[in-house]
Amino acid sequence: MTETIVEAKNVQQTFMISAGAFRGKRPLHAVNGVSLQVEQGEVLALVGESGCGKTTLAKMMLGLLLPTAGDIQIDGKAIATLDRLEIARLLQPIFQDPYSSLNPRKSVGSIISLPLRVQNDPNPETWKQRAEEIMALVGLPPRVFNNYPNQLSGGQRQRVAVARALINRPKVVICDEPTSALDVSVQSQILNLLQDLRQELGLTYVLISHNLAVVEHLATRVAVMYLGRIVEIADTDTLFNNPQHPYTRALLDSVLTPDPSMGVPDSQLGAAYPNPVDPPSGCTFHPRCAKAMPHCSTVAPRAVPNPAGHVECHLYDDQEGRKAS
Amino acid sequence: MSNILEVENLVVDIPVSAGMLHPVQGISFSVGRGETLCIVGESGCGKSLTALSVMDLLPSSASRNADRLILDGEDILGVDERRMSDLRGDRMGMIFQEPMTSLNPAYTIGNQLEEALLRHRNVPRQEARDRAIYLLEKVGITAAASRLRQYPHQLSGGLRQRVMIAMTLMCGPDLIIADEPTTALDVTIQAQILLLLAELQKEFHMGLMLITHDLGIVARVADRVAVMYAGQIVESGTAEKVFGNPSHPYTQGLLDCIPIPGKTKRGAHLGSISGIVPSLVGDLSGCRFHDRCDYATPECTAADVDLKAGESTDHAYRCLLSPAQCAENAKRKVPA
Ligand SMILES: Nc1ncnc2c1ncn2[C@@H]1O[C@H](COP(=O)(O)OP(=O)(O)OP(=O)(O)O)[C@@H](O)[C@H]1O
Ligand SMILES: Nc1ncnc2c1ncn2[C@@H]1O[C@H](COP(=O)(O)OP(=O)(O)OP(=O)(O)O)[C@@H](O)[C@H]1O
Ligand SMILES: [Mg+2]
Ligand SMILES: [Mg+2]
Repeated sequence: MTETIVEAKNVQQTFMISAGAFRGKRPLHAVNGVSLQVEQGEVLALVGESGCGKTTLAKMMLGLLLPTAGDIQIDGKAIATLDRLEIARLLQPIFQDPYSSLNPRKSVGSIISLPLRVQNDPNPETWKQRAEEIMALVGLPPRVFNNYPNQLSGGQRQRVAVARALINRPKVVICDEPTSALDVSVQSQILNLLQDLRQELGLTYVLISHNLAVVEHLATRVAVMYLGRIVEIADTDTLFNNPQHPYTRALLDSVLTPDPSMGVPDSQLGAAYPNPVDPPSGCTFHPRCAKAMPHCSTVAPRAVPNPAGHVECHLYDDQEGRKAS
Repeated sequence: MSNILEVENLVVDIPVSAGMLHPVQGISFSVGRGETLCIVGESGCGKSLTALSVMDLLPSSASRNADRLILDGEDILGVDERRMSDLRGDRMGMIFQEPMTSLNPAYTIGNQLEEALLRHRNVPRQEARDRAIYLLEKVGITAAASRLRQYPHQLSGGLRQRVMIAMTLMCGPDLIIADEPTTALDVTIQAQILLLLAELQKEFHMGLMLITHDLGIVARVADRVAVMYAGQIVESGTAEKVFGNPSHPYTQGLLDCIPIPGKTKRGAHLGSISGIVPSLVGDLSGCRFHDRCDYATPECTAADVDLKAGESTDHAYRCLLSPAQCAENAKRKVPA
């Protein structure tokens, strides 16, 4: 029996954005009805094109953004009843850019121990030692304790971010593009580190990445997002070996493995990513879909459960859409 | 194949507060017509400065030297800025990672595309407009005629990059230099843009010099590959040779660092390259990679290491190890 740590129920996030001079404001449904469970010990990946709502969903889980509608529960408690500090003890983020996410005027030691100060940790005499322990755990040499971020390499800065996220021993770490600003030789070190820490500390990860090779390598389950919805979710094996949704297939087809005997794939995604303020009707993917049927442009697909998870696509729904058209 | 670009012993030096920086240290390569050369390497190894050297667009503090720099038979090493600006945009074009470095937010797409041709050719504006529409359609932009009135900020990143490509093609150049043209784009759009570049390049028989840090892109689009490390080419050859028989310990290390679906065991430790890139300030000698190399010996630091032929002629690498030893090391690193 697995334990659910984070549960999102039909969560929405709507931003009002200006539609141009004199045209007032229009809603942008950045996250548009997402239900999702993060289970203890898993590595759940969120993938999808830029703007599909991955970071917005992550921010809601972290309590940094209040959902416009729907509920989020953490450890069985409604997120609205938890204060920032309580959430921060359970969930910690690691962001993409190790350059801008660290305060340049604070030393490494003080950056890493900041969460202890913020949480009013009762044993200040242990802070330094705990910071040093966590530095050793993430592979930072003790001598950088008094250094400033600009004196560190990119990989070392990202290790500082990992150390800061872990010092309070959270249950879940939300990694938003943790290695995309890094060179491959540094990326592999951080990925290895995340993998080791997961084993050692029994961590749960939510991993946001556009690098599907990294996702396939690390994740145990993958959720594919399109225009604010999870259009397919399945365990990693099933998703990569037997993708269901045409969008998932197109996404996987775009992966460029370093194989010189193959050319550049044609993902068949003709049209561009739609304007989120003015999403297509019916299934929002239908204008780009090679398998679109007539009713796809009028009826929104519902989530069709399958043994691995679910898929939102009329191809797998014998009733709903066809009946209506 | 006739070479559209030939570069021999290119050196770039930049004075910085700590001394003299040597970001490009004697690089030689060529690009044939209809050929794609990929330059790959990690951040700071000198890829962009190499590209800017060819275009003569280096920062003013930088100095450029070379034994030869030939564009389609013309020596462009000594030519004056007037001749260079005639060549830029006409015979050779550059595509940057961020299209807004080349697109002007204040002018319409149409205006900028037409200007790109009118600057170099004495043709009626209508002809320039027709070519702009023709090329916008070629790069996969629908309703091209109506796009001419739009401003760059009204387009998505992927569309802007397409407009950039169309703009570089206005004069029908012989050489395109693309510096990380898809790095900021989604994987789906990236594949489309690369496919497009490859098609256009074959169709117009241009040379393409593509700079990237993404080994997946390199493997899929390159005819030939040059791997750069710390200002030098450490391995070069056909894509088949470099990926099939990676010889330099750095190339082997890079390939080992990335998870390769179907090859790397899921969740297993990835390879890594310990240490960091050396400072390029001051006097440099010996193998630049020695302090990160598993196979380094005292000999490696004694003198500069030259590029030498691999097992076949279209493959070279900069290491003292023999081809047989390199092949042995490669086997040890990547368990098949
Ligand atoms: N504060 C905000 N105000 C208005 N719109 C926003 C805001 N934050 C995000 N959006 C919009 O919401 C949508 C989802 O954004 P989000 O950052 O979650 O996407 P993402 O999937 O993380 O994309 P990326 O891969 O580029 O990081 C986008 O259309 C974005 O422009
Ligand atoms: N104007 C400049 N002044 C001083 N140093 C510079 C300048 N431009 C580049 N450099 C340095 O020269 C080296 C090579 O830079 P270059 O931009 O060619 O790297 P690159 O391989 O393109 O890296 P990236 O993948 O990050 O784009 C780097 O160490 C860089 O810091
Ligand atoms: Mg994001
Ligand atoms: Mg560069």
